[in-house]
Amino acid sequence: MRCRGIGIVKQTCQLVVIGAGPAGMAAAQTAAEHGVDVTLFDDQAQPGGQIYRNVDTSPLADTSLLGKDYVFGQPLVQAFRHAELDYYACTSVWYLDKAREIGILKQGVSHKISAQRVIVASGAQERPMPVPNWQLPGVMTAGAGQILLKSAAMVPDNGVVLAGNGPLMLLLAWQYLRAGVNIHAILDTTPKGNLFRALRYLPRALAAGNDLWKGLRMMLSIATARVPYYHCVSELRAEGDNQLQAVSFSAAGRHHRIDTDLLLLHQGVIPGLHSLQEAGCKIDWNEAQQCWQTKVDAWGETSLSGIFVAGDGAAIGGAVAASLSGQLTGLQVAHQLGFLDAGRRDHLARPIIKARDRQLAIRPFLDALYRVADAGMIPPDDTVVCRCEEVSAREIRDVIALGCIGPNQAKAFTRCGMGLCQGRFCAATVEQIFAQQRGESMADVGHTSARPPLKPITLGQLAETI
Amino acid sequence: MFRTLASGSEKIEIYLDGKPVPVPAGISVAAAMLQLGALPTRLTPVKRSPRAPFCMMGVCFECLIEIDGLANQPACQVEVQSGMRVRRQCGAGELAS
Ligand code: FES
Repeated sequence: MRCRGIGIVKQTCQLVVIGAGPAGMAAAQTAAEHGVDVTLFDDQAQPGGQIYRNVDTSPLADTSLLGKDYVFGQPLVQAFRHAELDYYACTSVWYLDKAREIGILKQGVSHKISAQRVIVASGAQERPMPVPNWQLPGVMTAGAGQILLKSAAMVPDNGVVLAGNGPLMLLLAWQYLRAGVNIHAILDTTPKGNLFRALRYLPRALAAGNDLWKGLRMMLSIATARVPYYHCVSELRAEGDNQLQAVSFSAAGRHHRIDTDLLLLHQGVIPGLHSLQEAGCKIDWNEAQQCWQTKVDAWGETSLSGIFVAGDGAAIGGAVAASLSGQLTGLQVAHQLGFLDAGRRDHLARPIIKARDRQLAIRPFLDALYRVADAGMIPPDDTVVCRCEEVSAREIRDVIALGCIGPNQAKAFTRCGMGLCQGRFCAATVEQIFAQQRGESMADVGHTSARPPLKPITLGQLAETI
Repeated sequence: MFRTLASGSEKIEIYLDGKPVPVPAGISVAAAMLQLGALPTRLTPVKRSPRAPFCMMGVCFECLIEIDGLANQPACQVEVQSGMRVRRQCGAGELAS
């Protein structure tokens, strides 16, 4: 492997892949196999993305604790480690433009490079779940809980409350139970009626394979473990002064309060679009998945020629679909760069497309089943919406009442979204508040813009690059 | 709040706010802070409210901390090293140049 974790980065690259999750690894390997000179940058110290994090370097004595879908990543990561390409770990991308100029930050030093083709495979992030006091220490995301388990073999030691909905929350509950963790309660916020509305997608999901059965088996083992499970939970609040002490909520017309020092929140994942938005790719609202996504052609090429997106960054489809879409994108780049003629590309793509479509067949069912209620995305007035700049939902509603025209102007009025996370944990909420207050669709409200630097970078580092 | 399942793992020593503390090797600074129960990990610049790591994947920037004299480092993205000096920030932190 030409794995140069450290050392000089080429100034001009044939193909730059951003992200070493399932999509990025597959795209890079596929392109490299056909002769493309590939350079891959990844934030993390190890390949695998969040889903296969530490899969071959786990501190856990027995990784099967995490389930078969995790262990499935082991050979993928191993194969990637042996691929003929340049892989830079611990390297973040802080700039991308339509001319495919890329700014990276590696070991505290910034470099500017250019690429003939770019594949963005930056995966997904958790959808913000703003509830009152979610900024208290002791409140984290379910994804964070899972990362601690995968990367540090850490589990809650005084019990935990899981709140929200979606496959990841159930998976984490299942993994925690296998690890002997005490789950105080699962607070399922899935609104009434979702299951009924999802039923029409069920036949397709059932025909697609065994993912659904896996999910059902998981739910069954949670049920037999007798974890207190509350359905249709609303009015969720974290409580405490300097640290989380309790969680309160309503369910079935009754108010509840549970003491806990740890609350993990989750309500699905959304594409991580920052670098694509900043570059100027066209972005569309996906009503079924309740998120913005990049507009792409059949091969993952965005509205900016030469910039591609693979995996969950394009649309949420899960790890296996991400890997397959990465392969397709890799083939197309190899074709565009003259390594593969169209006939051969199509021949190779056919079985991949079939497998990917099979993977995606369960999505409409999952999207409908776990559709988030408006109340889950639009918090009460006393909730901090922008955690970085500490802007409340009331302040957002106030500027809307004053005639603020959209999320981008709200930034200037309130500093909401201008902190270090750059709106990654508030933009979706602010847009939803706008849509509700003004009775507009999300497509009308529009998405919040993203500006470089995409990651914090000091002025000194910036100066070195220019 | 958190315990580890990897009991026999190798330990190294870091300095947390000037005091030496043993932590498992190979984990992130944020994971180490959570395992030590060293919360909050910072106070915000705006209202000095207490915060701790939230996403653990480099997206939220709640875990900012001073590492070896450099302020505002995302603790969830940095691995602990023997002898590392970790300091919790109260407010804006030193502006790194
Ligand atoms: S905990 Fe979110 S960036 Fe570190």
